[in-house]
Amino acid sequence: MAKQSNEPALWALFSAGGVMAAFVIPVHLFLLGMAFPLGWIPAPSYEHLLALVRLPITRLYLFVLCFLALFHWAHRFRYTLYDGLQIKHLNELIFVCCYGGAIFGTVLAGYLLWNFR
Amino acid sequence: MSDTRQAARYTEYHPRWYRPRVSTWWWLGRWPYLKFILREISSVFVAWFVVVLLLQIRALSRGPEAYAAFERWLQNPLIVLLNLITLFFVVFHAITWFNVAASAMAIRFHGKRVPDLLIVGTNYAAWAAISLVVAWFLVRS
Repeated sequence: MAKQSNEPALWALFSAGGVMAAFVIPVHLFLLGMAFPLGWIPAPSYEHLLALVRLPITRLYLFVLCFLALFHWAHRFRYTLYDGLQIKHLNELIFVCCYGGAIFGTVLAGYLLWNFR
Repeated sequence: MSDTRQAARYTEYHPRWYRPRVSTWWWLGRWPYLKFILREISSVFVAWFVVVLLLQIRALSRGPEAYAAFERWLQNPLIVLLNLITLFFVVFHAITWFNVAASAMAIRFHGKRVPDLLIVGTNYAAWAAISLVVAWFLVRS
């Protein structure tokens, strides 16, 4: 029997994150990073955003977005380092940094959104 | 007994593996390789977006002044430039992701494979629809 591997689960997270990132990040980033700061489109008011993020459904959405996008990054970036730069001798370190970073970001997102008021 | 085991041990003959060294910059030589690495690098920008989003949430929870400061930070030319590059990469990610969707999910209907173009087209239509919904929630004055 082959040893049980985490790889399928990590790949599933990568894939789900890829779908999530592809569908929603471009529009979020276009508005937040370009259109609002440059004044192409009037930015939403503080009160409007506050009311929006106070809704539990919005916070759930934001949490899932952060969680999946970060694990998508972790998986893809790990293989970029393996294949692109061929630093296979640092396998363990890269693994810990990538998924550790993703876990840290997810916990931070959970903390911020859970305590949001 | 132990003698036969000893005899069964042998050394494989491989004077030298033929293993040409691949340069670290192997992906610079050809466009498909470069495209592959750019697509992989897009993940870094996905992570950067999460950082910006978390900063926004933190600023929102800290009150109107903190949020105004966050908005000013977003207007910093360097941040705008970084976000422009990020936008390029996340759109690149989205396009490459949708274009292989047909290969990733081979859907069958009445025993026949649904045409690739239909699957890819559906993905692009969903992308447009989702973008409009997100924009509808955010664009209010």
